[in-house]
Amino acid sequence: MSATTAAWLVLLCPLLGTIVIGLGYRIWPGRSAGWIATLAIALSFVFSVIAFAKLLGFSPDHRTLTSTLWDYDVSAGVDAKVQVLVDPLSVFMILVVSGVSTLIHLYSVTYLTLDRGFSRYFSYLNFFVFSMLLLVLAGNFVLLIVGWAFVGAASYLLISFWYRRTTATRAGIKAFVINVVGDVGLVIATFILFQHTGTVQFLGVFGDVPRTFAHNGIAIDVAALLLLVGAFAKSAQVPLHTWLPDAMEGPTPVSALIHAATMVTAGVYLIARTHVIFEWAPTAADVGAIGGCLTLVVAATVALVQVDIKRVIAYSTMSQIGYMIMGVCLGAYSAGLFHLMTHAFFKALLFMGAGSVIGAMAGNQSLDRMGGFRRVLPFTFACFIIGGLALSGMPPFSGWLSKDDIIAFVDHRGGVFVILGIIGYGGALLTGIYTFRMIFRTFFGEPVPEAVELEHGHLHHADVPTNPMTGEEEDTDVGFPGPGHFIAEREWPMKIAMGTLAVLAIIGGVIQIPGVDDGITKFLAPTFADSKYAHVEVGTGSAWLGLVIGALIAVAGIFIAFRIWIARPGTAAALRERFAAVYTFLWHKWYFDELIDLLIVRPTLWTGRMVDSVLERGLIQGVLTGGTTGAVGALSAAVRRGQTGFLRYYAALMIVCVGGVALYFLIAS
Amino acid sequence: MSAVLFFIAAIGAISGAIGVVMLRNPFYSVLSLAFHLVSLAALFLLLRAEFVAAAQVIVYAGAVMVLYVFVVAYVGGGEQLSSGGVLRVLGPLFALGLVIELCIAMLGAGLKGVNSKGAPFIPGFGTPAHIGSLFLTKFLLPFEVASILLLAAAVGAVVLARRRRGLEPDEQIELRIEAPRPAWTGTMAEAAGLRGPGQEGLAASDAEAVTTAADSSNREGGW
Amino acid sequence: MNIGWYLVVSALIFSIGAGGVLIRRNPLVILLCLELMLNGANLALVAFARMWGNEDGQIFALIVMVVAAAEVTVGLGLVVAIYRRRLPIDVDGLNELQG
Repeated sequence: MSATTAAWLVLLCPLLGTIVIGLGYRIWPGRSAGWIATLAIALSFVFSVIAFAKLLGFSPDHRTLTSTLWDYDVSAGVDAKVQVLVDPLSVFMILVVSGVSTLIHLYSVTYLTLDRGFSRYFSYLNFFVFSMLLLVLAGNFVLLIVGWAFVGAASYLLISFWYRRTTATRAGIKAFVINVVGDVGLVIATFILFQHTGTVQFLGVFGDVPRTFAHNGIAIDVAALLLLVGAFAKSAQVPLHTWLPDAMEGPTPVSALIHAATMVTAGVYLIARTHVIFEWAPTAADVGAIGGCLTLVVAATVALVQVDIKRVIAYSTMSQIGYMIMGVCLGAYSAGLFHLMTHAFFKALLFMGAGSVIGAMAGNQSLDRMGGFRRVLPFTFACFIIGGLALSGMPPFSGWLSKDDIIAFVDHRGGVFVILGIIGYGGALLTGIYTFRMIFRTFFGEPVPEAVELEHGHLHHADVPTNPMTGEEEDTDVGFPGPGHFIAEREWPMKIAMGTLAVLAIIGGVIQIPGVDDGITKFLAPTFADSKYAHVEVGTGSAWLGLVIGALIAVAGIFIAFRIWIARPGTAAALRERFAAVYTFLWHKWYFDELIDLLIVRPTLWTGRMVDSVLERGLIQGVLTGGTTGAVGALSAAVRRGQTGFLRYYAALMIVCVGGVALYFLIAS
Repeated sequence: MSAVLFFIAAIGAISGAIGVVMLRNPFYSVLSLAFHLVSLAALFLLLRAEFVAAAQVIVYAGAVMVLYVFVVAYVGGGEQLSSGGVLRVLGPLFALGLVIELCIAMLGAGLKGVNSKGAPFIPGFGTPAHIGSLFLTKFLLPFEVASILLLAAAVGAVVLARRRRGLEPDEQIELRIEAPRPAWTGTMAEAAGLRGPGQEGLAASDAEAVTTAADSSNREGGW
Repeated sequence: MNIGWYLVVSALIFSIGAGGVLIRRNPLVILLCLELMLNGANLALVAFARMWGNEDGQIFALIVMVVAAAEVTVGLGLVVAIYRRRLPIDVDGLNELQG
């Protein structure tokens, strides 16, 4: 089996899973749909490993393989084929995606037990994994766009999975609409590239860019900026980020998979894949880096005041992806992708832990109502600590190595970018604070009633299920969450998934320790061989300096959080009162939602209403159709008056007409 | 001699015609037409169309007019109907225009022979023998078609005038039929189970319809 | 007599019939006036037959009589049907007959 065959099989397994589960959703008994789905993704992971192994069998210069299944649209200058590109970058991505997806599928089998939409969920989830794998394996822009769009669709389907919740459906629509904005950017960028280079295949385009575009010229800048729009929409960067917190309406495993580990990293992948374009258009790359940096800060500050546990983690995701985008825009490809990998591990772990806590709380997600779960949820607590330490960048966890890898590179670029680096360290401080705020509030302090119940061995179940955001009553029938609540301590699939991720979060960093091994950099080197930063290396000394600073900042952040929330209980309330204006500003998420509403939503609605009343009713219905129908009606009314039914009038008419004809002939002869 | 006969017959025909139009009682109109037909037969004889004249008297005046008499006796129609409106004036005007036009057409056409007494007389012109032989040779098809036409007319008359089964003249025709509608038809409200078939009137019966819909048999799954 | 005279008489009868159709309201009488028109045409046909010495005109006149008989039959059947339905025997009132 060759690497490319393995790649096709990687794509085939989840696709088959979707179809099999989706078509037979009524016949799969019990939870077998979940096991089928998990098996499909596990097979996909196995094939990814095979592809990886086979790829290593080639010498580093030859590790770029393509394979075409069939020609989709090859004619008249277009060469869109169904082809995959198997090179270190795509193999790296499929390993991460399929690996984390397997664990999340395993977790979901338990988490969604008793939900009436169980089979539908797994069909959607497999479809999502298929789309994501398609996106990263695509060998040309057309297939990339297909995967991009499918991923957006899968995200919509899964966010509004509990479709009878109005909040969920609205969130799904919001996510989809903002994603579409990104899609438009991506498509137009593809077109600009195609127009200049004449091909849509990646290898062709990247080879031709230096020849057909002027360095830092308008065309390439516009193309790169549009690619950036696509990346920002998918990765929830400012200003196209407002959909991500709302997307937490979906089930927790969905948040773990899509909105932490995989879909939101698609933007990072895109920029890494098209690095040639961004290096040829430094203006756009700088814009991207600044955007990423801005997001990092905005998201970290907003996460400080969030009350919903999932939204804290969502903003944290946004912030970490800001790091990644900043990294890949400035040339730190392997660092950015390394952070992508470790982030997938510890973020998915955090989400899974949050799911466990939410299960203990019988669906409630508010930090205000949590506390003291440390003793009754020991495993979950341990996972949270591991994930939180990794996120904050505490040695020796993986997040420490990856995050500081990025910041070190940014600093190394020098010049203006040092400011971005400093902001990165500031963000790391905030990361520590908000992460441990969440952990302290959930697990420390007086046990809340649900925790007390659990101490007595009884898992709390609410009498009337309610929407955690709005409090309105629901039921547990199809379209709403099922009646089951599960915690990791009791369910072995959840334990296995979380345990694996915890181990990976701890040891995942060992493959890229500065000065020791540079596993990821070396592996990805063939893909980025044509990058002008390929030989830029942060010296081991400065790398370790950065790591030490990062560690100190992490400790500082944790300590601050400890001071505020544990050491002196009233500090949090006091600070909030002192900085009430800042608090309100952050509480409203920097007013982005209101801004978008004012600038975009309202004008659009106004235009729509105006067009409806003036154009549609006045012009089209009134004049065009109304006028035409009115004219026809008047004409037929006139003709109708001749249809009297009076025989004698008809006879008179006949006689007159016959006489007229005869007269004509008389005169004419 | 023939001129005198012509004038008598012509005046008879025209006065019969005027009588048909002007007489109020339809019965008198029928009789007037019969008189007109007989005068016309005389004119035909003057034109040496013996068979046509005979057919005119026997068939037309004899059978058709008798039929008319029967129908007029059955129907009656002795009411005084005055012609309405504008046609009372325009009708005669149109007729006048028509006759003038026809006369101009016929007389001013310059046909040779209009001023003559006709073609040289062939013995046997207009006799049944000649007519019969023409019918059976040159005009065979029109002959057969005419008989089919008569058949159709007879059947049509029977169909038109027959008594519908069970319909007595003094029975009120049932204008609204209450029949259960077949499946998949009817109003949306019936389909939704909110109303039974045939229930009319939203405002009045809506109140009870909603409350009774809960326990009426077609409410299950009504949505 | 000149054939022309016969033609004049035929025209007169025809137009009197036409006028009658327009003036009268009783359908029976209208049918009678239709007969008048047909007779006028018959007379013209026979006159022309005499003019040309050709009996085709007389054959035509016979066929016209057949048609007239058929038409009278159907028309009277209609009148009887209308009378049976208790509708007014008045052409102006029968202006919604259809189908």
